[in-house]
Formats: sequence, structure tokens, C-alpha cells
Amino acid sequence: MLYAPVPLHIPDGFLNLAVSLICWVITVITLGIAISKTNKLLGEKQIPLMGVMAAFIFAAQMINFPVAGGTSGHLLGGVLAAIVLGPWAGMLVMTAVIAVQALLFQDGGLLVMGANILNMGLVTAAIGYGLYRSVAGQSKTVKLAVTGVAAWLSVMAGALFTALQLWLSGTSPLEIVIPAMLGVHALIGLGEALITVAALSFILQTRPDILGEGSDSANGGRGWIFAGGLIALAVVLISPFASGDPDGLERVAENLGFLGAGLDAPYQAIPDYTLPFLGETAFSTILAGVIGIIVVGLVIVLIGRGMKAKS
Amino acid sequence: MHFDAFDRYHEKESFLHCLDPRVKAVVTVIFIVSNALLPDGAWFAFVFGWLFLIAANLLSRLGIGFTLKRSIIALPFALIAITVLISIPGEPLFTFQFFSSQLAVTDAGALRFVSILIRSWLSVQMAILLVAVTRFPDLIHALEHLYVPAILTTIIAFLYRYLFVLTDEVFRLIRARESRSGAAPGSRSGGGVVWRAKVAGNMAGQLFLRSYERSDRIYHAMVARGYAGHLYTLNPHEMKSADYFATAFAVVIISLTQVLGRL
Repeated sequence: MLYAPVPLHIPDGFLNLAVSLICWVITVITLGIAISKTNKLLGEKQIPLMGVMAAFIFAAQMINFPVAGGTSGHLLGGVLAAIVLGPWAGMLVMTAVIAVQALLFQDGGLLVMGANILNMGLVTAAIGYGLYRSVAGQSKTVKLAVTGVAAWLSVMAGALFTALQLWLSGTSPLEIVIPAMLGVHALIGLGEALITVAALSFILQTRPDILGEGSDSANGGRGWIFAGGLIALAVVLISPFASGDPDGLERVAENLGFLGAGLDAPYQAIPDYTLPFLGETAFSTILAGVIGIIVVGLVIVLIGRGMKAKS
Repeated sequence: MHFDAFDRYHEKESFLHCLDPRVKAVVTVIFIVSNALLPDGAWFAFVFGWLFLIAANLLSRLGIGFTLKRSIIALPFALIAITVLISIPGEPLFTFQFFSSQLAVTDAGALRFVSILIRSWLSVQMAILLVAVTRFPDLIHALEHLYVPAILTTIIAFLYRYLFVLTDEVFRLIRARESRSGAAPGSRSGGGVVWRAKVAGNMAGQLFLRSYERSDRIYHAMVARGYAGHLYTLNPHEMKSADYFATAFAVVIISLTQVLGRL
């Protein structure tokens, strides 16, 4: 078998339209920022480099090693790409990989590609680069240790995001999908951590110039440390809580007003998130989701402005 | 390795092969969105969508069951959804013993599970057909016309081109590992799982360096041939009347599916 699918690639049909479109909106906005940043930072030379690096991630996923009982582990690559290429370029490279997997091999659907890119490309890059950047200037051992933790967390974050999307779509009950996904991926994440650390240590040893610290300032530092740390923290806090006490997550969601009727109808996606004048149709749910995203986006921009003004 | 080991394109002279790639991409996406919009248990609409799919298979002249044979790829993911069988409240169809607890498969759960599987099964077949009747470079070109940013389509084009080259590189690395993994009879070669993962990691690092250096060479070669940041194609896409007709027809059929699903 040339090509081993990873259980994080959601096929079409498993997410409902509202969740798929909300994920697409988040993904498209993030990629838009990534494209404008990359265009500013990098010259025309970087485009062939990013293309070949995308092929590298794709090919590196075929290097597997036997684990036990006929199963094998292999690299996913999100953290490695973000560290060696920088977060924005890493996101674009992972997006290309996921797009080709979906278009050419039907590994992951087309309508749900936004969710797959979010889970496996964007979240992983944010965690990987954010945590790695937080130890810039430290010794090699510290860097490698943090890379390992980041690689494990990135797989767990991807699994958590996938589980939540499946739950919101009514495809799987929360109390089963979260422990199942996180349990499986805790092991896959270990493989990812080992391979990523070994690969990075190999690169640090042979071509440290590629990982020059010079380009770091151009990619922005504090924002990434903040974003990566935040997602990692969310995974660390939510995972054990949700697997041990799945009702707890629903209670939190209800307290936050996220799921108005979470306990009554846990398998209906965002039932109270509809706009009254449109009635309870799929369209009004989507619109409500989009408005929610715009509000969250505005809040983030305002916080960002505030932080900039202070510094 | 053969250059076409990853290619999913099946050469044929057919109506679908000749359609504009944009039309094929857009209709595929509309079909998949339509499947996602259909309510649970819309059996007539599911059958109608399936007939549309069979018609498309026939139009491609690849054989009536062409996509069916390849459609099991999304099946393993069904495991994730299987728990809706027992988790949605409804009339119990039958009960069974699972370790110490009594579980019941409900009619509402079964309805939801089967609907999810059918939606996924129909969608994946249309996606399979899309790449079977469209050359991948044409598909990327179509994406560019459909306003996917040029930087992304260029990265995807490069990925597709060099995937073959780098896969060969991976096979060389794996062959080298295997030829150094000899073991005395009765004993296992190599160390534990961690050691094996480390070897795989070193191989990934090695592959990274080879790819990195290769990308340098590629860039220099491209500049030598006049590359200035844009890739050109000899395949200008233009919509003919057949393309407009096919789009309109497909949209009508898919809209009918939606109406059928809501009767």
C-alpha cells in the first residue's frame, strides 16, 4: 500500500452543511491572512520551495515504521512544516497536501475540506510554531523537548477538533467520540512526536542554517506564542475533562451560552443559534454561525489593537 | 516507479472527458452540497441522486459500475458514526448485550446511520468520477479560474509534479533501510518501537534535506528558462454551448433531487 490514510480525514457526508461551512469560513479567513503575509515575506523563489516542501510532506507520510500487531505509525507533518518553513508558509503547504489528498485520492471530502484543513493544517501549525517559538534562543535539548510536546499536542488538538465537529453535526454522541478519538490519537501522537523530534534533530545537526533564527522576527513572535499556547492549553484542559466527564463539557457549553439546549437535544447542531425572523431553517443556522464568527473575529482584532497600543 | 502511479485519470473519448473542467468541478461540488442538504431518510432523493451518478458513469464511458468499485474508501470512517445507532432515542428495533450493559438499536438511530452512509457514499463516488475524467493539471487550472488564489494552485501544481520524484526518493530510503535490517534466524532485527520511530524520523529529516536542495536546483533551472513567478498552460479553457447546457441540466436534476427529498 502506497498510501496510508489517517483517521482524521473526514469524508463528505459525516459533517452537516452548517458545520462544514463554518469551518470553511474560518479556514478561508486564516488562509487569506497566510497568503497576504507570505506574499509580503517571501519572493518568487519561495513558491517552488513551498511546492516541493508540500511534496516532501506528502512523501514523508509514506515513511512508516512497524508498531505492533501489523499496525504502523507515520508522520503527519503539520508541526515539522510550521517549524522549518514558518507558520504561514507551513499552513499553505499543509493546505496543499490536504487538498491533493482530497481531490486526487478522496482521502477526506470536498465540502468538509475546510474542516480537514482547519484540523490538520491550521491548528497544528499554530501549536507547533507557537510552542517552538516560545523557546527561541534556548538550548537544543529544550527546543527538541518542546517540539515533541507540540507534535503530540497538535495531533490531540486535531482529534479534539474533529470530535467536536462530528458531535455538532450529530454524527457521533459526545461521550463516545471524544474518548475514542483522543484515546486513539494519544498513541498516534506519540509516533508523531518521536518522528518530528528525530527529523528536527537531524536537520539541526546537518543544516542548522535552514532553521536560522533570523527569519523568526519577520513571522511575528508573541502572537504565535499566544495563539499556540492558547490552543494547547485548551486541549490540555478540555481533553481529560471531556473524556472523564462528557456531560461536563455540555454543562460548560451551556454555561457559556454556546449550546442553548445542549442537554435537551445534544445531537442537534446549535439548535438555538437561529435567527428568529428567518425561522428554524438550515440557512438561518448558517447565517447565525457566520455572524458569530464575524463577532469573534472583531473581538480578536480589537484585543490585538489594544495589545499593540500598549507595547 | 511509474510516473502515473498516482494518476487517477482514465483516458477515454467521452462527453464527460470533453466537458470544461470548471463545469465538472462545480457540478461535483453542487452535488455534494445537495447530498449534505438532504434530510435523513429521503430515500427517493437518494435513489434519484444515485441514478444521476449512474448516468454520469455511463456518459463517461468508463462502465456503469466504475465508481462503485472504488467507493469503499470512505467506509472505515463509518466506525465513527456507528454509535448513533444506539445513542438516538426512539423505538428499539432490537437489543443486545455489550459487556455488562443492555443496548438497544433504535429506529431513529438506524435511520440516521444509514442516511449518513448513503450521503457519504454518493459524494465520494462523484469525487472519484471527477478525477477519473479530468486531467489533474486541468483541474488545478480550473480551480485558478474559479478564484482559488494563484499561490495555492501553484503550490498544488508543484506538489503534483514532484510527488513522483520524491516518492521514488522515499522508496530508495526504505529499500536502504530494509537492506540494512538483516537479522539472525529466530531473532528480530532492530531495536524497540522508539528506536524504529527514530530511524523513521531520521529518514524524514534526510528526505527533507534532499527535497530542500532539490527545490533550489529546480528554482535555478526555472529561472534559466525564463520563470518570472507564473506558470503558463497551452490548454486555454473556454466554455462551449455543450458546457452551458450540461451545467444547466445538472443544476435542474440536482434541484429536482432537493424537491424530491422534501416531498
